[in-house]
Amino acid sequence: MAAIEFEGKSYEVDEEGYLVDLTQWVPGLAQIMANDEDAVLTDAHWEVLNFLREYYEEYQIAPAVRVLTKAIGKKLGKDKGNSKYLYELFPYGPGKQACKYAGLPKPTGCV
Amino acid sequence: MSNVKKFMYINNKAPYGTIYAWESLEVVLIGAAFDQEVSLMFTGDGVYQLMKGQDTKEVGIKNFSPTYAALGDYDINKIYVEKESLDARGLTVDDLMHLVWEDEDADWEEKDSIRVVTSAELAEILDQQDVVLSF
Repeated sequence: MAAIEFEGKSYEVDEEGYLVDLTQWVPGLAQIMANDEDAVLTDAHWEVLNFLREYYEEYQIAPAVRVLTKAIGKKLGKDKGNSKYLYELFPYGPGKQACKYAGLPKPTGCV
Repeated sequence: MSNVKKFMYINNKAPYGTIYAWESLEVVLIGAAFDQEVSLMFTGDGVYQLMKGQDTKEVGIKNFSPTYAALGDYDINKIYVEKESLDARGLTVDDLMHLVWEDEDADWEEKDSIRVVTSAELAEILDQQDVVLSF
């Protein structure tokens, strides 16, 4: 099993880079994971990551992209609740990539 | 769209102790990505899946009951509960979680998802389905 080293601690990840124990997650891990995909996390990214963490906290699942898009639109405004905006932030797929950085499992319904 | 089918998922087992309830929920969420017309039915001990205030600490299993509240986000808003099954267990709809969906066409108005129906009504609803999956 692979692991990420960060600030003297070791974080186990699965073969696709998702954190195995999501209770271990600390915000600093997000940028470390993003480095691997040459992404620099901005406030706009963090808005989505924080949203995903809150969603997981409430419903115990990572939402499917369609659900995420709709919910972001409702919470952060229509200009952000569309696939174009979310794919610009997370070109590898807003569900997959953002969930990984947020320390969540791969979204249920990720087909 | 002519290829939209009516999918009904029947849940008739208690939530923990077997994997059926959780598996069913996962299949429902995954299936929701395919834009079909999905409804859920809870009968027998399956009605316990929707109970309020579930606490699984003592059995060491993840409490997945909060996930039912996400069904509305997945456009699943027809959740049928059999009246006879509730009655036989001394339960009413007030013992169940309050599940809602938001109607985008009505300014995100919250509407109830759970509908308590008799077994005769359930039989009719079942008759209208294209695909029935039982867990």
